[in-house]
Amino acid sequence: MFQVRIHGRGGQGVVTAAELLSVAAFKDGHYAQAFPSFGSERTGAPVVAFCRIDAAPIRSREPIVAPDALLVQDATLLHQVDLFSGLRPEGYVLINSSSSFEELGLSDLVGPDVSRHRLTVPATELALAHTGRPVPNAVLLGGFAALSGAVSLDSVELAIRERFSGPVADGNVAAAGEAYRFVARHRGELVSASTD
Amino acid sequence: MLRQIEGSRAVAETVALCRPEVVCAYPISPQTHIIEGIGVLVKSGALAPCEFINVESEFAAMSVCIGASAAGARAYTATASQGLLFMIEAVYNASGLGLPIVMTLANRAIGAPINIWNDHSDAMAVRDAGWIMLFAETNQEAADLHVQAFRLAEELSMPVMVCMDGFILTHAVEAVEVATQEQVDVFLPPYEPRQVLDPLEPVSIGAMVGPEAFEEVRYLAHVKQLQALDLIPEIAAEFAGTFGRRAGGLLSTYRSEDAETIVVALGSVLGTIKDTVDDLRERGRRVGVVGIGSFRPFPAAAVRAAVGGARRVVVIEKALAPGAGGIVAQDVAMATAGLPVRTHAVVAGLGGRPITKSSLTDLLEAAGTGTLEDLTFLDLDRDLVQRELARMAQRRRSGPTAENILHDVGIVSARVT
Repeated sequence: MFQVRIHGRGGQGVVTAAELLSVAAFKDGHYAQAFPSFGSERTGAPVVAFCRIDAAPIRSREPIVAPDALLVQDATLLHQVDLFSGLRPEGYVLINSSSSFEELGLSDLVGPDVSRHRLTVPATELALAHTGRPVPNAVLLGGFAALSGAVSLDSVELAIRERFSGPVADGNVAAAGEAYRFVARHRGELVSASTD
Repeated sequence: MLRQIEGSRAVAETVALCRPEVVCAYPISPQTHIIEGIGVLVKSGALAPCEFINVESEFAAMSVCIGASAAGARAYTATASQGLLFMIEAVYNASGLGLPIVMTLANRAIGAPINIWNDHSDAMAVRDAGWIMLFAETNQEAADLHVQAFRLAEELSMPVMVCMDGFILTHAVEAVEVATQEQVDVFLPPYEPRQVLDPLEPVSIGAMVGPEAFEEVRYLAHVKQLQALDLIPEIAAEFAGTFGRRAGGLLSTYRSEDAETIVVALGSVLGTIKDTVDDLRERGRRVGVVGIGSFRPFPAAAVRAAVGGARRVVVIEKALAPGAGGIVAQDVAMATAGLPVRTHAVVAGLGGRPITKSSLTDLLEAAGTGTLEDLTFLDLDRDLVQRELARMAQRRRSGPTAENILHDVGIVSARVT
């Protein structure tokens, strides 16, 4: 089972991100379960949502306490919420930021073993450029597809188009694609650096 | 077609396939997405003929359903928590009059303290109201139970409540096979009322009944519940034949045949319990599960047969009878009277507290070694309780308990789980 925890703030589409991720996984032929942490969905308040992906039907309903991957939609949460609680040692982390892990003060999270699993992507900027709105959720999923391979970019795009229509869908698909290429390029640089 | 959709949407679409002619509901979390979904289907004309009636309260919602049902319409509503309590007089009337209304209960805690999260306090508050009460383990089952609920309600002429865990199911997105209109039409014939307000054949419905016959009318309601004990498995079997998948029934069993310890529970927590039991089985523990699908009528004979060979039953309850303890456990204890099976009540998951595999594992290991008490509270923060008790002992005006405890806990919004 692959377990993803998504952190963000009310209004950033955290719950929708988990739903889209589960739809993408479903389209890839997996079982998937998405659910929000309930109750605190006020604009600006810290929000958590969860997504499980597995080859077998998923029965558990407990919150994800030991995630295989973290998606952080808002870097201002880094020093407010215990975002990395329970993260598996090799776990993936994708943070919405134009700064690096080092610049964010997270150097201890990246090392030679895991740096390819942990990247930042300027999802809000990409969302603004392509949709005109600072909503990073669908964009981050494109980056996550490149980072983890847990879902395909094709399925992320299908999930976006199923949920949205018109320019909103087009813009998010374009932004997700750009995030995918951004992450793939940076991962590639890290891979080639580590083999040098 | 198998689709990855929210539980509320699966239920809304399935209810629409059952062709309700009147839907009347008042929005309350976590039921809202269900009636919003049905509202969209009525507005778009996808569900027709159907009148979606907006009212000012849950009391009015159930009252309109009673009127619609008495006039011969297939009627549906949904609510949760305080909404159910607000309509409770009409809830009793619906069953007392024998009207086959179907209601979704998106299970949620009851205040005070106000709490929007899931537990079964709302369902347990109306367990004696005379409704058939079915509990869903998954969103697939929640959707499927609604098709069965209309059939059951109309065959017996009594109301049916489909309970699905608020948020945990209503807001979860997972794969659900939503039935087709053709399948539902085969399974669910048009509503043929046993009693109807018809100007051509006038009757009154709702007579005052004095001591001369009240007990008999009540007893007949009990008889209908007992008839449901036969009808629920029949309908579930027919459903499996028509739809090619299993849903409903009085109860379900999982790895319980040779079990020394059997966990009894209702609703979505059964999934987490089954995962826990698999882990414990790998450690060689003889643990199994019985899921109660029909809470009212309570399938006492089936429960007795399912747990009779075990040494102990651990009833995981998402509700508390303050001053008494477990609620489902009382029914289980009655069902196993005279058998050498010890019943433990475990109150868990109140007000949305997660029921985790980790805590369930510790609990069941304790049960296996015989150290579990008759009544326990899963993950209860005893230190927090002691601090408030100390305050109360210290001074007369100790203040409001909920506020005091929140002050002790600190900010919770930053917590991950």
